Amino acid sequence: MSNSAAIGTQTEKSTWRNKVGLAEMLKGGVIMDVINPEQARIAEDAGAVAVMALERVPADIRKHGGVARMSDPAMIQEIMDTVTIPVMAKARIGHIIEARILEAMGVDFIDESEVLTPADEEFHIDKNIFRVPFVCGCRNLGEALRRIGEGAALIRTKGEAGTGNVVEAVRHMRTVLGHVRKLQTMDRAELMTEAKNLGAPYDIVLHIAETGKLPVPNFSAGGVATPADAALMMHLGAETVFVGSGIFKSGDPAERAKRIVDAVMHYRDYERLVDISKGLGEPMVGIDIHKMSDTEKFADRGW
Amino acid sequence: MPKRIGVLALQGGYAAHAKVLQRLGADVIEVRLPEHLAQCDALVMPGGESTTIIRLLQRNLLDTVIVERANAGMPIFATCAGLILLSKRIASGAERGGQPTLGLLDVAVVRNGFGRQLDSFEADLQIKGFETPLRAIFIRAPIITDVGPGVDVLATVDDKVVMVQQGKLLAAAFHPELLNDDRIHAHFLDAVVEH
Repeated sequence: MSNSAAIGTQTEKSTWRNKVGLAEMLKGGVIMDVINPEQARIAEDAGAVAVMALERVPADIRKHGGVARMSDPAMIQEIMDTVTIPVMAKARIGHIIEARILEAMGVDFIDESEVLTPADEEFHIDKNIFRVPFVCGCRNLGEALRRIGEGAALIRTKGEAGTGNVVEAVRHMRTVLGHVRKLQTMDRAELMTEAKNLGAPYDIVLHIAETGKLPVPNFSAGGVATPADAALMMHLGAETVFVGSGIFKSGDPAERAKRIVDAVMHYRDYERLVDISKGLGEPMVGIDIHKMSDTEKFADRGW
Repeated sequence: MPKRIGVLALQGGYAAHAKVLQRLGADVIEVRLPEHLAQCDALVMPGGESTTIIRLLQRNLLDTVIVERANAGMPIFATCAGLILLSKRIASGAERGGQPTLGLLDVAVVRNGFGRQLDSFEADLQIKGFETPLRAIFIRAPIITDVGPGVDVLATVDDKVVMVQQGKLLAAAFHPELLNDDRIHAHFLDAVVEH
């Protein structure tokens, strides 16, 4: 990407408002994991608002085991050349150079993702110094606010990726938004101690107590497999959903992708959700969270 | 009676537009279906992804009714993706052309005309009829080209057209809804809708 000469007067590129602004424009859309240009085109035709380019969807990362890394830039580039919607790609937690490579090739959003094997088990990337916007996962409000403090322009609750089981997505969304509501009931003296207990920046805690909202959009990820799952996450307060394995691990990906897009838009219209849910064929096979060992859970990665 | 302003709420930045319009005292209706549009005196088409929004317009049978209402004089204010959807055609370039549009505004647009997200920017914009510049936020923004004879150019960035008006259609390539500067929305309500 060129860092071209100034346009107009007082021009600034890649400002905080530019980063959060792109996240704002993704609201109410669906972001889909794709592994090749064909899938990217199916996602775009179904009405996806963005695609996440990666070599293996989370369900396959689980199956294959080993170390999961940033995808081949050649494969990401092919997808960028195929679709006109924004393209996101994943870097490992703390892997500054994977993130710099993705930024240099001009991806529209980087996901510093627990789905990949962490490169740093203590520190996340300092995202404020990048020109590209970042999205990060969280299980609770403290984790969300630490990531925003580091510069994330978009937050997604983690859920448990690659399971086709929405239970963790629900748990994390309820945990985050329940805590937002709790902050709104506290007085100033309580909020400092609450910030300490959360391990979160005090100024952002104050902002939330005043506005009742995170300072960046809050999406849901990890376990959405059906249109009803997507609508459930919207009902619980997600501003949109990421769907990973749920689409291309199902029987009819093109149709399922389209139905999930429709379900997000019409999540309050239950009659319409009947038709949206009808005759959709096999969803991806799900995994019972309680039968997984702790080391198999991606959501515990992140500090 | 206050005018009822519809905000197309299929996907994208509709909540921010609704907030600004409410701040200015408008009665706002979220438009997802034709029956919602029927209750509105004017329509705001927000930013988001134009490829997503056009599909949702078609699937929810809104595309033809918006065109009918606009042809009957309904004012429309469109931003970013909304501008793309309002335009007569999408100029082919690096990006794929041929995407369907509503074809109401006599201009062509180049999608992502300034580049991808890393080229998103803010700039002070001199807008025709405004006394002081407005800070404008451009996000993967389109550029307007081939401006037709009935179209008034209201703002440019480096000679690239980024804001126009054609009768009751007002369109901007940037995001006035993301600012605390409500002048463009106020112009739409006072000079376009009420005029």
